Amino acid sequence: MTNGLQQRIYYFDHAATTPMREEVLEEMLPYLKGKFGNPSSIYSIGRESKKAIEEARDKVAAALGAQSREIFFTGSGTEADNWAVKGIAYANRNKGKHIITSSIEHHAILHTCKYLESEGFEVTYLPVDQNGLVSPEAVREAIRPDTILITIMFANNEIGTIQPIAEIGKIAREKGVYFHTDAVQAVGNVHINVEDMNIDLLSFSAHKFYGPKGVGALYIRKGVKIVSFLHGGAQERARRASTENVAGIVGLGKAIELATANIDEHNKKLIELRDRVIDEVLQKIPFVRLNGDRYKRLPGNANFSFEFIEGESLLLMLDMKGIAASSGSACTSGSLDPSHVLLAIGLPHEIAHGSLRLTFGIDNTHEEIDYLMEVLPQIVGRLREMSPLYEAYERGNKNV
Amino acid sequence: MNGKKVMVGMSGGVDSSVAAALLLKKGYEVIGVTLQIWMDMGEERKAVEGGCCSLSAVDDARRVAAKLGIPYYVLNFKDIFEEKVINYFKDEYLKGRTPNPCIACNRYVKFGAMLNKARAMGIDYVATGHYARIEYCEERGRYLLRKSATDRKDQTYALYNLTQEQMARTLMPVGDYTKEQIREIAREIGLTVATKPDSQEICFVEDNDYAKFITENTDAPIVPGDFVDTKGNVLGRHKGIIFYTVGQRKGLGIALGKPMYVVAIDVRNNRVVLGDGEEVYSDNLIANDVNFISIDKLEGEMRVKAKIRYNAKEADAVISPMDNGMVKVVFDSPQRAITPGQSVVFYDGDIVVGGGVIVK
Repeated sequence: MTNGLQQRIYYFDHAATTPMREEVLEEMLPYLKGKFGNPSSIYSIGRESKKAIEEARDKVAAALGAQSREIFFTGSGTEADNWAVKGIAYANRNKGKHIITSSIEHHAILHTCKYLESEGFEVTYLPVDQNGLVSPEAVREAIRPDTILITIMFANNEIGTIQPIAEIGKIAREKGVYFHTDAVQAVGNVHINVEDMNIDLLSFSAHKFYGPKGVGALYIRKGVKIVSFLHGGAQERARRASTENVAGIVGLGKAIELATANIDEHNKKLIELRDRVIDEVLQKIPFVRLNGDRYKRLPGNANFSFEFIEGESLLLMLDMKGIAASSGSACTSGSLDPSHVLLAIGLPHEIAHGSLRLTFGIDNTHEEIDYLMEVLPQIVGRLREMSPLYEAYERGNKNV
Repeated sequence: MNGKKVMVGMSGGVDSSVAAALLLKKGYEVIGVTLQIWMDMGEERKAVEGGCCSLSAVDDARRVAAKLGIPYYVLNFKDIFEEKVINYFKDEYLKGRTPNPCIACNRYVKFGAMLNKARAMGIDYVATGHYARIEYCEERGRYLLRKSATDRKDQTYALYNLTQEQMARTLMPVGDYTKEQIREIAREIGLTVATKPDSQEICFVEDNDYAKFITENTDAPIVPGDFVDTKGNVLGRHKGIIFYTVGQRKGLGIALGKPMYVVAIDVRNNRVVLGDGEEVYSDNLIANDVNFISIDKLEGEMRVKAKIRYNAKEADAVISPMDNGMVKVVFDSPQRAITPGQSVVFYDGDIVVGGGVIVK
């Protein structure tokens, strides 16, 4: 991969987005070129588009262990999250106004919950342990008679921690509370079955598993009471009106089919790369900690905090060396705040500032990791040389 | 390529955009940045639109950087900006002084934190779109700060705190040109920002209502007190000292039969001292926190032109060192509204000698 300046790019940010697979593009192309019919039209080319969408829906349903009629396509993962949380809240406000979530959700959930608080709903933000795990018992204890929704992410986008979703689902089912999970980071990386796991709603987005951007989906268990997201035509069973993004939906279908068919092989490869990086970083670089659970984490996720340095400088210097990485969440402007996830797992402000997220994908190679492991220790070393905090630490040590 | 890297602070405006373009032309490897300094606490506290570091500045600067084909980053300087600029700004007003936040921002943020960040990243220089010139003088063995080619646009007043080390690592390429030339260059290279108006207000204060900003952002009580004359006679009640600045006539809220001006703010007694047209003039001041640029140290008396606020005219004066490290400034003729908290900057022709903060 190269950038506009013909510099070679080492891409280690697959949790942000992934390169689209060639097979996915091939599958989409006919719907971008010739097959332009509106899926709602009765004539042949309209029907062809409709058929393509329904085939994609079948593939999604198969991947999740759901029924096709329970799958609703959206414009993004964020849209699916918004729909799930607001849709349940508004449809069930007569029953109650209490929602349970975690303190490490993606902003698509957290900011939606904040909005609902301004609308009179009450939200419990469950804490997490030092590895970022939500306790199922804490979920149980937080449930009140007026609780209408539990929304806990499947896997965390920053530190990769995989939550005990099946256990939480079981509790939610017992208590008769709807359970939504934001599975944007999980699909294609974790085995998911909405039946076995007692999941009532699940959101995801195609571009996180080598599909196109601008398309996602929400699984809504049959019988769940939820308000429609967009009012208009009869698309998506009139719950999310809009002429469908046919090519995008077709791409999503192909991508999820490939992702779930190859999931074990994919995970084996990513875990190997991830574990190599984790081992080597912890070995070669002093004053570093791994964030998130060592084992209950996404196969491609490594997240480190380097003491005495700022993540911002680190990312910029890596970028100058052609390495694309991230520190978790970026704000509107693109500048970096200490992450709410790292603060929630108990990291002090200054260490939360010095974090680095590397997320690997099927396109990565050991040769690329060689380069990473050559460059990263150098940059960390250089930044520490210039760091007043490190200098103070060294001085303090000598005095002892 | 000259092999040197430079980090350019970009606001999306014409000056910093052209600065980046000029440095590219000179062969530098240019990295564009915008400093994020505003707080994300709700919509209201975002920097005023058009400020050098507002959210719209980010969009504009990003577009310019893409056009120039240079890397561009937004750097998070919220904490240091809050500590060194916003808190200082509030504290000064609460102490009855009138601060200049741009001077603090240049000193601690742009040529402090940004320069340190550039150094840590192995970048040789920082550059800005300031109208000022930095030159090395062989004869004196020092870097000199000179006024820009156009006196009218000159921004050296807000830069007098630059140290020799900072100047060795700072480039100000637009200082050699007039504003008209800069606009022309912007047009030639097809930058669409060429017609953006200049911004001059305090970037974090909306509608220029600094008193409202302080009231809303401090826990300190704003207590009404007495207006008094220079003899101590009570003339009326004031709303709280933060609402007043030396030299102010409008908005005092009392009628005294003749024009009266704020001549001093007495924090200890929470009083605002008013005087007539003559009492607002003074021919001397004392400055502390002094930095010299063209000289290493002030050894004895020196004749200079001194400027007591950003838009004040320079006035003939003699400066001399005091025992406690402060500097005494005696003007040839009395100056209107010498204001504690503002800076006084000394010039020798177009060369900045140095400056300090007015104590009294």
